[in-house]
Amino acid sequence: MTRFVYLKDVVTLNFDAENCYGCGMCLEVCPHGVLVRDNGKIRIKDRDACMECGACARNCPAEALKVRTGVGCAAAVINAALGRTSSSCCCVIEPEETDAKTKSAAGKSSGCC
Amino acid sequence: MSPPRLGQPFVVSSVSTPAGTVPQVSAELTPADFWGTIKVRWGVRRTNYKVDPGLYALGCPDEKSPVLISANYKLSFDTLRSALKGRHLWILVLDTNGINVWCAAGKGTFSTAELVRRLQFSRLEEVVSHRRLIVPQLAAPGVAAHEVKKLSGFKVTYGPIRAADLPAFIDRGFKANSAMRLKTFSTWERLVLVPVELVAALKMAIIVVPIFVFLGGLGGSSGYWDDLMNHGLFAAAALLSGVLAGTVLAPILLPWLPGRAFALKGTILGLLVALALVFVWNADSMEGFITLENLAWILIVSALSAYFSMNFTGASTYTSLSGVKKEMQWAVPLQIAAAAVGLALWSWSLFTA
Repeated sequence: MTRFVYLKDVVTLNFDAENCYGCGMCLEVCPHGVLVRDNGKIRIKDRDACMECGACARNCPAEALKVRTGVGCAAAVINAALGRTSSSCCCVIEPEETDAKTKSAAGKSSGCC
Repeated sequence: MSPPRLGQPFVVSSVSTPAGTVPQVSAELTPADFWGTIKVRWGVRRTNYKVDPGLYALGCPDEKSPVLISANYKLSFDTLRSALKGRHLWILVLDTNGINVWCAAGKGTFSTAELVRRLQFSRLEEVVSHRRLIVPQLAAPGVAAHEVKKLSGFKVTYGPIRAADLPAFIDRGFKANSAMRLKTFSTWERLVLVPVELVAALKMAIIVVPIFVFLGGLGGSSGYWDDLMNHGLFAAAALLSGVLAGTVLAPILLPWLPGRAFALKGTILGLLVALALVFVWNADSMEGFITLENLAWILIVSALSAYFSMNFTGASTYTSLSGVKKEMQWAVPLQIAAAAVGLALWSWSLFTA
């Protein structure tokens, strides 16, 4: 199986071992095996594999994981920079944007997701 | 909020429950379902391919049957039910605006709040005697399992990433093995994303390409139609090569293209494609390969390929926003510069030919 790795040393994932009580939810939800349990303790094994989806942080009851989440999508970054709200595409920079999904005049629809 | 309609084309019957009548669906997809999948994969009304949110019965579930949670993108719903042939389960469809599970979770529509709201509206606690929900793992960016438990009393168990692994997951006692938890990006998974990318790009090309063909006729010294056939058609071939490189070849060749940044992969691919085009187009040319026109198109094709490859980050399964922003910092200015210089060279070549 081909293993994809994106850019080195860019990821904003942060793990605070002090707060962690080892429930292991992060291990279940991470789609890229970024975290592992070593001798009962959780640690980050492969930081560059993180895609900042935020699943681990969202499901951490101890708030031991922090990450600046977002969809890694160039079209969304461009749309955000141009002040457009993308319509059809899942690519949005700001997740709170939940207004009516009317087709924007820009009609930017990248094929993401 | 209203219950799912029984009249939806994929509903085969209904079952009655303590919480009212629930539409029943089959695990067997019909030709209409397959046709729908093909259409959305090609971008035809992809943003309005929806299932009514609410509770559905797959087969003949009872009060002990597992409950699966899904998004109301019909492609997601069809993938889920067709993976569960011969099973009897409940499927609770959330309102994600017709967006798939992963994207909806990232966007915040597949959320704790929507899940709890939909649970209460469908009165699931009256339909089943257990308190377990199988939520797709890829919904985890939007759903907090511990909060769902606190708000509804239902325990979230994250199911496998791929619906195809669900039967094995259920048979293992609702446990995933490590392979079920990892998101892949196989050649086939990349290939099915290509048509949507291609169609979106071709919609732009259909306007831009004729303009270049027309302009091509204005340059040169052999008369309008000869010049159009020469410079204009070369322009069309080059533009389409750039689009195809970035939207078709780059996704397919992704793991084998050098570099990590998508824009870099696209630039290298674009250069190779442009050189091949120049070589083929000028095979019997007297002028040789090093002309202003060729140089112009090598720059523009590379820029186009880089741009469209970079846009494929949105479809990929492993790129972070931090990474995308970082590569765009150098890639976008370079793409604009290459395209601008290319266009200037091309104009110059037309008037000096």
